[in-house]
Amino acid sequence: MSKKELLSKIGLRLDGRRAHELRRIRCKLGVFTEPDGSAYMEQGLTKVLAAVYGPHQVRGSKSKAHHDNCLINCQFSMAVFSTTDRKKRPRGDRKSTELSMHLQQALESVIKTELYPWSQIDVYVEVLHADGGIYPTCVNAATLALIDAGIPIKEYVCACTASLANNDVPMVDISHQEEVMGGPTLTIAALPMSGKIVLMEMSQRFHLDHLDKVMNKALQGCKDIRQILDAAVRLHVRDIGSATGWALTSYNE
Amino acid sequence: MGLSEAEKTYVLHGVEENLRVDGRDREEYRPMELETDVVSHAFGSARLRLANTDVLVAVKIEVDAPFPERPYEGKLEFFVDCSFSSMITWVLNKMKPQMASSPMNSHMASKKMLAKERTIKMISMDIGLPSSSANATPNFEGRGGEVLAAEISNCLSSAYCSSLSFDLTKLCILQGKKCWKLYVDILILECGGNLFDAISIAVKVALRNTQVPRVKCIDMDGNNVEISVCHDMFDCQRLNVENAPVMVTVCKIGDKCIVDPDVAEEQCSVGSVVVAVSGNRFSTVLQTGMGSLHPLTLVDCLKMGHKVGQKLDEAVKEVLKESLRGGDVGFIK
Repeated sequence: MSKKELLSKIGLRLDGRRAHELRRIRCKLGVFTEPDGSAYMEQGLTKVLAAVYGPHQVRGSKSKAHHDNCLINCQFSMAVFSTTDRKKRPRGDRKSTELSMHLQQALESVIKTELYPWSQIDVYVEVLHADGGIYPTCVNAATLALIDAGIPIKEYVCACTASLANNDVPMVDISHQEEVMGGPTLTIAALPMSGKIVLMEMSQRFHLDHLDKVMNKALQGCKDIRQILDAAVRLHVRDIGSATGWALTSYNE
Repeated sequence: MGLSEAEKTYVLHGVEENLRVDGRDREEYRPMELETDVVSHAFGSARLRLANTDVLVAVKIEVDAPFPERPYEGKLEFFVDCSFSSMITWVLNKMKPQMASSPMNSHMASKKMLAKERTIKMISMDIGLPSSSANATPNFEGRGGEVLAAEISNCLSSAYCSSLSFDLTKLCILQGKKCWKLYVDILILECGGNLFDAISIAVKVALRNTQVPRVKCIDMDGNNVEISVCHDMFDCQRLNVENAPVMVTVCKIGDKCIVDPDVAEEQCSVGSVVVAVSGNRFSTVLQTGMGSLHPLTLVDCLKMGHKVGQKLDEAVKEVLKESLRGGDVGFIK
């Protein structure tokens, strides 16, 4: 076989992970002071910054405002140095427009928009380093930024990719190398606690019989990511809280 | 963020008394935090945080053909992207500030504390406090701050234009045929005033950090030129940034001039002058803002910029001499 296999005989992937393992996730909330909420997220080598502003008055034409819910405006951009070949423009191409739309779709499903009629929430994501799974990382970073901004959400929205190796074994969190090698990629954004899927997208093809297990794999990935995000949020709240002194008061009681 | 008349007067009086709102004197900078090798796949990179201003610079290198009129020189191109932060300021302009509420303040205080903990290097010019008035820059309005981005990149290119400030001949591979082209990409992540200074320092450090591949041999076959590059990761040349310009923005507030204005001070200023100081000379002088300056004031501004620029340059060099520690860099520290 001329093509290198995505999964070796002993069950290791190209970067040494096993099929069910995510790449290393590191994240941090509140990296900037200017926005209302911000977050930094690393999944493997993919690095993303997210910033949230709002809710605030609708900007530009008032006709865009909804009387019963708030407008969510997402802007996705990639730093020109984020890819191996330098990009010409940071945004405005079709891929970033598509990703902005998908991001908006995922976030609209969790934000309690009905609480802010006539208002708008802006979410900006900036990819600093693209190494596969850009969309999932953006969704996860945006979730953290929303939480940092204190915007009410129904639950975490997490996204994850999955693929099928050797036409049989599903594997989770696809890296750039694996994307390039070929093989289908299934991206889902899900509400991991209720198990609902808000966005699903697939490239290339596999047999319908495999769909179930690949999707479950991706969903499991979302659940794992939720745990990591949750731990990060708790840590952040603890830090912020202890700075304000509430940790101390509860200690005394 | 619009300042009221009273606030403006307060800032103005502070400048007059040589004790600014955040406790600095007129020639003092806010604390800076400087990191290198932040973007792993770029040839060189640096991140500078000057109080609330956050800039990320990455250098990418490509092979290109030199300009016909300058066959011995490489190319240098600057690109500034400020969309990530500009939208912000635009939005915040529209919002009334709610900074006074206590949870917000404490939130910011704790952020500041974290920022303090993770500071690696502070440029030793001053012990000023970070400015707490963080938002909005009025000149960011417009389409994604494109005008400002263009202004900054033009200013940088003219500052780096002279061969005395940056030697482009080092980037020549084969005279008239091949040269290295350096793309210096600047990403403004957060804007808390004084962008020019922050960017110029970050660019200088990123260029110093840049590793230009070493050319092993050049094959010429008619008009085809093949270049083979040394594959050893550690065998590469460094650029000489000894004289790379450092910019200083001198702001005139009332009758006096200050350096390193924060957002509030930028709004109070009548006019400002950006001077790029390379070694002990000026490489560019640019007057920004709407106001006009008296020739005598302009000379004063230039003198002040020159003095502070040299001090700043010394301070940056001093910091760069110390070997930067390893470990985590970037946003997680």
